[in-house]
Amino acid sequence: MAELTLRPESAVPETLPRKKAQNPVVRVTRYVLARVATLLVTVIVGVYLTILIANMGGYVDQIQRAQIREEIQQLALNNAAFKQMSVEERNQRMEEMALLREKRVGLDQPFAIRSFRFLSNALTLNLGWTQNMTSDSGSKQVRNIMLERLPATLLLFATSNVLLFFASIYMALTLSRRYGSTLDKIIVSLAPSGSAPSWFYGVFLIVIFAAALRVLPYGGMVMAPPPENRFDYFLSVMQHLILPVTAITLSTVFLNIYNWRTFFLIYSSEDYVDMAKAKGLNDRALERRYILRPTLPNIISTFALTLIYLWQGAPITESVFNWPGLGSTIVHAIGLYETPVIVGTTVIFAYLLALTVFMLDLIYAIVDPRVKVGSGS
Amino acid sequence: MERFKQSVREIARYPSAIGGSLIILFLIGLSVYTMTTIPYQEAIRLWRGGPDVWYHNPATVPPTWVNYFRRDKLPETFTINSENLERDIQDTEDGRQINIAMPFDYSFDSFPQELTLYFHAQFLEKQPYVSITLQTPDGRDIRIADFSVDHTQTYIFSQDTRLTRRLKGLTPREGIFLNLDSGSTTPVKGKYILNLKVLTFEKDADVRAEFVVYGQVAGWAGTDHQRRDIGVALLWGTPIALAFGLLAALGATVTTMFIAAVGVWYAGWVDGLIQRITEVNLVLPFLSILIMVGAFYSRSIWVILGVTILLGIFGGSIITYRSVFLQVKESPYIEAARAYGAGSMRIILFYLIPRVIPLLIPQMVTLIPTYVFLEASLAVLGLGDPVLPTWGKVITDAIANGALFQNQYYWVLEPAFLLMLTGLAFAMLGFVLDRIFNPRLRGV
Repeated sequence: MAELTLRPESAVPETLPRKKAQNPVVRVTRYVLARVATLLVTVIVGVYLTILIANMGGYVDQIQRAQIREEIQQLALNNAAFKQMSVEERNQRMEEMALLREKRVGLDQPFAIRSFRFLSNALTLNLGWTQNMTSDSGSKQVRNIMLERLPATLLLFATSNVLLFFASIYMALTLSRRYGSTLDKIIVSLAPSGSAPSWFYGVFLIVIFAAALRVLPYGGMVMAPPPENRFDYFLSVMQHLILPVTAITLSTVFLNIYNWRTFFLIYSSEDYVDMAKAKGLNDRALERRYILRPTLPNIISTFALTLIYLWQGAPITESVFNWPGLGSTIVHAIGLYETPVIVGTTVIFAYLLALTVFMLDLIYAIVDPRVKVGSGS
Repeated sequence: MERFKQSVREIARYPSAIGGSLIILFLIGLSVYTMTTIPYQEAIRLWRGGPDVWYHNPATVPPTWVNYFRRDKLPETFTINSENLERDIQDTEDGRQINIAMPFDYSFDSFPQELTLYFHAQFLEKQPYVSITLQTPDGRDIRIADFSVDHTQTYIFSQDTRLTRRLKGLTPREGIFLNLDSGSTTPVKGKYILNLKVLTFEKDADVRAEFVVYGQVAGWAGTDHQRRDIGVALLWGTPIALAFGLLAALGATVTTMFIAAVGVWYAGWVDGLIQRITEVNLVLPFLSILIMVGAFYSRSIWVILGVTILLGIFGGSIITYRSVFLQVKESPYIEAARAYGAGSMRIILFYLIPRVIPLLIPQMVTLIPTYVFLEASLAVLGLGDPVLPTWGKVITDAIANGALFQNQYYWVLEPAFLLMLTGLAFAMLGFVLDRIFNPRLRGV
């Protein structure tokens, strides 16, 4: 759905004059800094838009007001001085206090001004407390809830992304070598499978391996109760990882292989590859130096797209597998109308997406010597 | 026209394209059939209808066709209505005696879930009296119950403790089908007759009865936890999925292309702005925003569709289109158009855009399944349309009600199969179109 920020340098006719050779370290550093700056701006704008959307129904304000009233009520209950007042007097006093607090947090100001403070709070994940949700350790602070869930998501997605990348590259190279073979035809005909999201494969995998064969767990991250022993704990997590990782990988691997195989085939018909072959280089060196190298930028930009697509699907994949990550947190938060958690999770996802794009940009800068930054383009 | 024919001929060379097109045609046919036989309002009434609509279905049972794959046949669900039977009516002193015989064949290898009689009686003051007996094929004559019926009354066999006692402690749903003397543990097969003897104490009083045998299979698609026929949702899911997928894909690709063309044509800050918006849009968590819209504003499928298109406008395909437009912009024919004084909009609409339509078609077709699955994904998140039955909602219901833990696979697999079929059909066709229209990929 989304394509990449990476400049399609190849699309623009390359008539730029050759610049003086630069120190590669300087070049990459400048590039990195420029990318960090743009991505940061992008994230800020993105989060601001998110806040606008989340607030337009007035939910954020409502929740803040309700929170203030609740705090005041708690305060009044615990304060002996309040108990001696009459009901009207006490209510009036509480109302005054509430208004004062609203003024302190700025609820009396127009939304346009407040939204910026909310933005800075959101960016630092300083989103206050939740109404109903608690973290597993019992905290009601939004930040704690999210930081507790983050490692699970990272574990799941890092594992599957790494697996996806290497499996796809390996298979694509193998297939490009055996172009037209039965295996090649099978994989190519499987490429349309990429149109289904990972949760969809997840459901099938659960039906087969958890429900019918009963060899793998239905979901969750560790068995309950969690094993005491560190090693057993690790094994249990690994066992629970198998199905979600397989689902995520399955959903995109064939499409990836198909795309990359096409890149490899296009690049392996270049003259310099024939030349290298004529020199008598072995297949491995040929692939590594003459085919993989020039294709990598293309591969990385398509891979970035795949990753973005996968990140977007996290809420559903995680909730289908009951994986205690950020994705299932957002689904849970929707059910409870926990706006701060929804906004917070959105922010974290924006950060993660930006980070992913940044890392791929970085790799791109390293592998593609054509990337020029600061050349005024 | 000639070009169109040629394209069709070229597409016909690929078996996967033919397969895909056939499936798409089938789905379109199914949608038309659904919309004519079950109108929109009727579908909503059926799907939102509670026990009143679906009382003659058992809850969560697989479809009837599972019996084709089983050696021991599961009992089917059937209803016998006294309206369709001949009734033997005799006048008595102060009322009537109505005899209703309800014959049914029972040739299954296990017991039904439940047997229930629904009575609707018309009387002024005195309640009619009903005696129920059952004749079994092995010659037993079981007294089921005797009671007086109210205007509407439900008699559930298994909840009658006296009947249980009479059957020597066996639950009635099993006891009436078992022959204890033979020692067999399977139901006696053959023709059963349920006899209702109704005595009324008023001349005009009447009793109608409906006998429902809740089997362990029902309908062509099975039922869900609310006794609803999943078939309704499967049928209605088709037009919704197709409409959502087509509209979203069309809306997103066409607007994206237009914006890309505008950006390239005007260049300068317009182009810059469009590119920046695209970058921001990329980092925006698409699904999270849809989730927020669903949670805070509206869950109507059409609102979600609109937001999907809006978020899709500045999608990544702008970059692809941009690079193509950049090349097209320099073509001599554009220069010619400029020379004769064509305005900017004219050039964009009639000169730039038609050139990239070959690129647009495959992209659009391959995008359709993405959106079909998106609708299902939202339903799985609990953000499906509140009134319409869709495939995604069936899957959600199934997962939420533990279908995966209770071996009720049909509940998940049927909608999943249809989703897969739709996705696959469009994806297969799209891949072929991509090869035909993008010659760079031809032969690879």
